[in-house]
Amino acid sequence: MADAGMLRFHVPEPEVRPGGTPDFSDVTIPKAGSVPRPEIDVDPRTIRDLAFSIIRVLNRAGEAVGPWAGLLSDNELLEGLRHMVTLRSFDARMQMAQRQGKTSFYMQHLGEEAVSCAFRKALAPGDMNFPTYRQAGLLIADGYPMVTMMNQIYSNEADPLKGRQLPIMYSSKEHGFFSISGNLATQYIQAVGWAMASAISNDSKIAAAWIGDGSTAESDFHSALVFASTYKAPVVLNVVNNQWAISTFQGIARGGSGTFAARGLGFGIPSLRVDGNDYLAVHAVAKWAAERARKNLGPTLVEYVTYRVGAHSSSDDPSAYRPKAESDAWPLGDPIVRLKNHLIQRGVWSDERHTQAEAEILETVIAAQREAERHGTLHAGGKPSARDMFEGVYAEMPPHLRRQRQQAGV
Amino acid sequence: MPRRTMIEAIRDAMDVSMARDERVIVYGEDVGFFGGVFRCTQGLQAKYGKSRCFDAPISEAGIVGSAIGMAAYGLKPCVEVQFADYVYPAYDQIVSEAARLRYRSNGDFTCPIVVRMPTGGGIFGGQTHSQSPEALFTHVSGLKVVVPSNPHDAKGLLIAAIEDPDPVIFLEPKRLYNGPFDGHHERPVTPWSKHDLGEVADGHYTVPLGKAVIRRPGAAVTVLAYGTMVYVAQAAAEETGIDAEVIDLRTLLPLDLETIVASVRKTGRCVVVHEATLTSGFGAELSALVQENCFYHLEAPVARVAGWDTPYPHAQEWDYFPGPARLGRALLETMEA
Repeated sequence: MADAGMLRFHVPEPEVRPGGTPDFSDVTIPKAGSVPRPEIDVDPRTIRDLAFSIIRVLNRAGEAVGPWAGLLSDNELLEGLRHMVTLRSFDARMQMAQRQGKTSFYMQHLGEEAVSCAFRKALAPGDMNFPTYRQAGLLIADGYPMVTMMNQIYSNEADPLKGRQLPIMYSSKEHGFFSISGNLATQYIQAVGWAMASAISNDSKIAAAWIGDGSTAESDFHSALVFASTYKAPVVLNVVNNQWAISTFQGIARGGSGTFAARGLGFGIPSLRVDGNDYLAVHAVAKWAAERARKNLGPTLVEYVTYRVGAHSSSDDPSAYRPKAESDAWPLGDPIVRLKNHLIQRGVWSDERHTQAEAEILETVIAAQREAERHGTLHAGGKPSARDMFEGVYAEMPPHLRRQRQQAGV
Repeated sequence: MPRRTMIEAIRDAMDVSMARDERVIVYGEDVGFFGGVFRCTQGLQAKYGKSRCFDAPISEAGIVGSAIGMAAYGLKPCVEVQFADYVYPAYDQIVSEAARLRYRSNGDFTCPIVVRMPTGGGIFGGQTHSQSPEALFTHVSGLKVVVPSNPHDAKGLLIAAIEDPDPVIFLEPKRLYNGPFDGHHERPVTPWSKHDLGEVADGHYTVPLGKAVIRRPGAAVTVLAYGTMVYVAQAAAEETGIDAEVIDLRTLLPLDLETIVASVRKTGRCVVVHEATLTSGFGAELSALVQENCFYHLEAPVARVAGWDTPYPHAQEWDYFPGPARLGRALLETMEA
C-alpha cells in the first residue's frame, strides 16, 4: 500500500460545544407505536433491529399508541406521575440543601425520572436491583421513606449507614436496592451473580443490573454480559444512556457501535432500545424483559435513551462542556410533562390538578426534610458516633480494630 | 488417620462443606468437569451437579464479581483464581466491593465468599506463576487472608474460611501441594504421605482463623513464617544449630499478635521470612508490630528475609527464592548482633 500515507488519530467529538446551537438532528426518533412487540420467547436473532430503533408509546398528541401500549391503568399512571414529581421535588430540595452546606454532595435525576420510577413497577417483591447512583426512583416508587434517604444524605444520627457512606449511596435489601458503590460498573456483574444464585436455588426472583452510558466502557460491563449470556441468568441488563458521562459525550464510550443496545447482540442477548422519557414505554419494555427473565428465558439488555438535564453532580458545571439550552432541544422532551399530557388526554388529569399536586408533593418533601433535619445535618446536630466507624468492618471486631478503637478514645 | 496431599485435603474441605451446606458453590476456570488444573476440585461436579460446581469464563473480575452477587443473595461461593498472579483483574471487585460490602451497607448486605488461589514460587513458574501477592490483601480492611502450610491445616482452615461470615483470600502455596518443601531443590521431595501433618481426619473439622501455631519451639530467636517458608525456617534452624522458635502464622489478617509477642519477648530476637518481595511486603508490618510491642525485649534488630524487589525470574529461581542458606545467614547475624 504505497499510498497509505500517515496514520491519523481519531477522537470523537460532540456535534456542539458551549456557545453553539444545540443540534440533535442526527438522532433518529421513530414514530410512537411503530416498533413491534415480539413474543417474549422470540429467537433473539430475529429481533436484532430492536437494538437500533427506539420503542415509544406516547405520541406528540399525548396518546398511547402501538403494540407496547395499554398495560397500565389510570391509577397506576397517576401513581407513576406522583413518583416522578416526588423524585424531582426531592432532588430540588436536596440540591438546595447541598448548596446550603447541609450536606457535602448530591446528584440529581433531572430528566431521567421515568427510567427508574417506571422500571420499579415492573418488578415483583423480592427482586433485586443493582443500581448506580442515579436510580433513586427505584426507592421512591417502592415507597422507601424519604426521611431515611435524607438521613443518609445528611449523615446524621439516624443515617441507616451510620455516616460511613457518601450521600446518595443508599442501601436497602428490604426494598430490593443493593448497596451503592462509588466504583462504577462493579454492580453490573454482581447483579448477574445474584441472578445466577436465584437460578441455582430454583427461586423465582430476578435481578436488575444498572449502568450508565459512560460506564459501559468498564470491563465489568463486558464480564457481566459474558456471564449473563453463558449461564442464561435471570437478569435485566439496563443501560441508561443519558448522553453524558460527566463532561464526556456518549460517543466516547460508544465508539462505532451505533447504539449501546447493539453491544448485547454480540453476546446473543436480546437487546431493546426504549424512549427513556416515556413512562409507558419504559414500563412496557421493563415488564417484557422481567417476564423473559422470570420464565427462565435468560437475560435482556435494555438501553434507555434519555438526556441528563442537570449537572452531573453538585460538584459539576455543565456549561463548561455543553450548550446551556441543550436539554430544551432534546427531542424526547420531559418525562413528567409527557405523562402529564397523556393523563390529561385520557381525561383523568388537568393542569390545575397537576399544579396542586406539585404543591402538595413539595409540602410532603419539605415535611420529610424537616423531620430529617431534626436528626442533624452533616455539620450540625446529631451525628453517628465515632464508635460506629470501627463497627461492621467484619462480622466480629478483630483484636487490631479493638486496639485502634481504644486508641481513638471512643 | 488417612494421609492426604494438600490438594486432596483442599478438595476434601470443599466436599465436606458442600455436603453440609447446599449454599456452598464452587466455580472457576477449569474447575468443573476437568476438576481444576491442580485437581483441587476433581469429582465435585460429578458428585454435586453442575449447579454446585461449574466451569467459568476466563474472567477473574467476572468470577469474583458474580460471587459477590451470589453472596448478597445468600449463597456461600468458594471460587478459584487459577494462579494468584492472575487475581489482579478481580482486584477492584475484591478491594472495592467484597471487602467493604458489610461496612458500607451497615450489614444490610454481607459477602461470605472465599477466593482460593495457588500462590508462591519454587516451581520454575517464572513471572506469572510464582507471585505471592498477600500484602496487596492484608492492606485491605474487611478481608481475611489465610496461607496454610500443610494438608491438615489446609482442610481445617478452608472449612473455617467457607463458614466465615466475611470474605477470605485463601492462598495455597502450590509448592506444597504434593509435599513439604524446605528449599533444598537438589534433594528429592518427600510426599505428604511420609509427613505427620499429612494426616487429615475424615469429615468435618476446622482450624480457627486468626490463630498461629508454633511449629518448632525454641529459645534463641523467633522466626515468623507462613506457607513454604515454614519448612525453610525449620531447615535453617536445624542446619545452623540455632534454637529458633518457628511460628507458622497461618492467618495473616487478622493476625495472632499474642503468640508472636509472647515468643519474641521470650527469645529477644526476631527474623521475618516470606517469598514475596521485600519493600512494603507483609514482613514490614510484622517487623513494625514486633518493634512496637517488644522493643524493650529486643536484643537485635528485627531482620527480614524475603524475595528480592524484582519480578520473579525464571532461570534464577534459586537465587531468588529465600532458601535455608539465606535464612540461616540471617539467623546467625541476628544471634551475633
